[in-house]
Amino acid sequence: MDIQLQLTIENLLSRYVHAIDDDRLEEWPGFFVEKGRYRITTAENYERGLPLSIIYADSRAMLADRVSALRHANIYEAQRYRHAVSSTLVERVNADTARANSNFHIVRIMHTGESMLFASGRYLDRIRLNGEGGEAMFEERIVVLDSRAIDTLLAIPI
Amino acid sequence: MSAVSESRVWPAEGLTRVPYWVYQDADIYAREQERIYRGAVWNFLGLEAELPEPGDFKTSFVGEMPVVVTRDPGGELRCFENRCAHRGALLCLKSRGNTKEIACVYHNWTYDLQGNLTGVAFRRGVRGQGGMSEDAQPESQAPRKLRVEAFCGLMFGTLADSTPTVEQYVGPEVAAKIRRVMKAPVRVLGGYSQILPSNWKLYFENVKDTYHASLLHLFFSTFRLNRLEQKGGVIVGGDGGSHVSFTMMKSDQSGDEYERAGMRSASGGYALQAPQMLESVDEFGDGVTLQILTVFPGFVLQQIMNCLAVRQVLPKGVAGTELVWTAFGYASDDEKMAELRMKQSNLVGPAGYISLEDGAATGFVQRGVAGASARASVVEMGGRTVESNESRVTETSVRGLWQQYRKHMGL
Repeated sequence: MDIQLQLTIENLLSRYVHAIDDDRLEEWPGFFVEKGRYRITTAENYERGLPLSIIYADSRAMLADRVSALRHANIYEAQRYRHAVSSTLVERVNADTARANSNFHIVRIMHTGESMLFASGRYLDRIRLNGEGGEAMFEERIVVLDSRAIDTLLAIPI
Repeated sequence: MSAVSESRVWPAEGLTRVPYWVYQDADIYAREQERIYRGAVWNFLGLEAELPEPGDFKTSFVGEMPVVVTRDPGGELRCFENRCAHRGALLCLKSRGNTKEIACVYHNWTYDLQGNLTGVAFRRGVRGQGGMSEDAQPESQAPRKLRVEAFCGLMFGTLADSTPTVEQYVGPEVAAKIRRVMKAPVRVLGGYSQILPSNWKLYFENVKDTYHASLLHLFFSTFRLNRLEQKGGVIVGGDGGSHVSFTMMKSDQSGDEYERAGMRSASGGYALQAPQMLESVDEFGDGVTLQILTVFPGFVLQQIMNCLAVRQVLPKGVAGTELVWTAFGYASDDEKMAELRMKQSNLVGPAGYISLEDGAATGFVQRGVAGASARASVVEMGGRTVESNESRVTETSVRGLWQQYRKHMGL
């Protein structure tokens, strides 16, 4: 097992969820390469090969738009997430690229104190190991939700 | 007959007042199941494209009643209650699939794809022992069959013989706007559900409420994409419960009504880094960039630029609603159009730039009226009647919903 590779990727996954959970959303696009792809879908759509996404982006610019819409345009009650990422399996594709498959759970905490298991699923990642500044970055992150149902709304990215 | 308290009398003002008990009362909810969903309405069941082959089936709901929708071996669409004649267990446990027959898992009673009971396990017993008597009539409790009509590729079902054809039910103008979107064979792009913390009618009102669109959904108005000063209109059809609203959007409007009124949605200085998402194609050739259409009691057909979807509004208790989204394109879509539809899917759904607020807003009403069942909401924008209108600063289609609702409910 390539322990260095495993640690590099787990570190990326950890930094990503801390940025979201700490409401540093402006940092979120920076975890992706410039033409990075991000999509949230359901296991049902994914397994049937259907293209519909709940969120879809094919560039860092589209991710940045999502953040500015959340900050300036969209209306939603104050809420936070707490991500738990686990069971990360890593596979090297070539010298520059690796794939990772992880589980996640997300607890959503509303400003009212209501706390619920908001989502569970898998992160299916393709990672560039030497992105800008030598950092590992996502070339593609597919978020596959286990359930087809979303409670109320999905504002903050997963 | 469900017992609705005598205090549930509609306010004297009529259609301009909606009493809050209508979103809260369990007896009202029970009466809706009987008189609306199981009455003379067309319940949306899905896209015909979901069941392309004989033997295809899906499960769905008519109000709270579980149903199976099938394409039988002869190619006909069928719908019947998802309830075994024997003990009432669900017949079909999968959300979709293809099969030759349906067997209840509990005691293996079998049904064909038209919902006919075809086999009772050990009906004549085993070796002369047990079984049912000759005159037993298990068929008497067979699942109820719905009349199915596929209108322009949309499947609707009704339990009532008196329900007119779908076209008569929605009226000719709304029917024409269904044909506009369902103009060619469609391809399902996927689906998801959104669980709303509110009574089903709050969501159905929300979809019909053209007044809120640019006030709650800041995304479009910030980009001057859906201002109420732009051309468009509202058509109310059928008994009032069906409607279509449309907008001919321009991305570079010079109107300043919003700024002068000091509206929140006029806040400027916000630009997209990747505006390609909004570069839509006029695939209908009429300049209408946004068309929202509803059919009472729970169907929405949506064209937002090139983002097409149907939504099924399902009641899940007095204060809960499941909104089932199915996105589609046309079978003839090329790769470029498929990509555009994918990008524009960001506009809708639980994370939609112009729809995510709706899930929360209907919940704000449900929570807001918790102590006010004797009070009523004020629905007077655009007058007091139900009629088609060129302005969208109107609640005419919301009043239309209540007109049809009250007729069915006897309220």
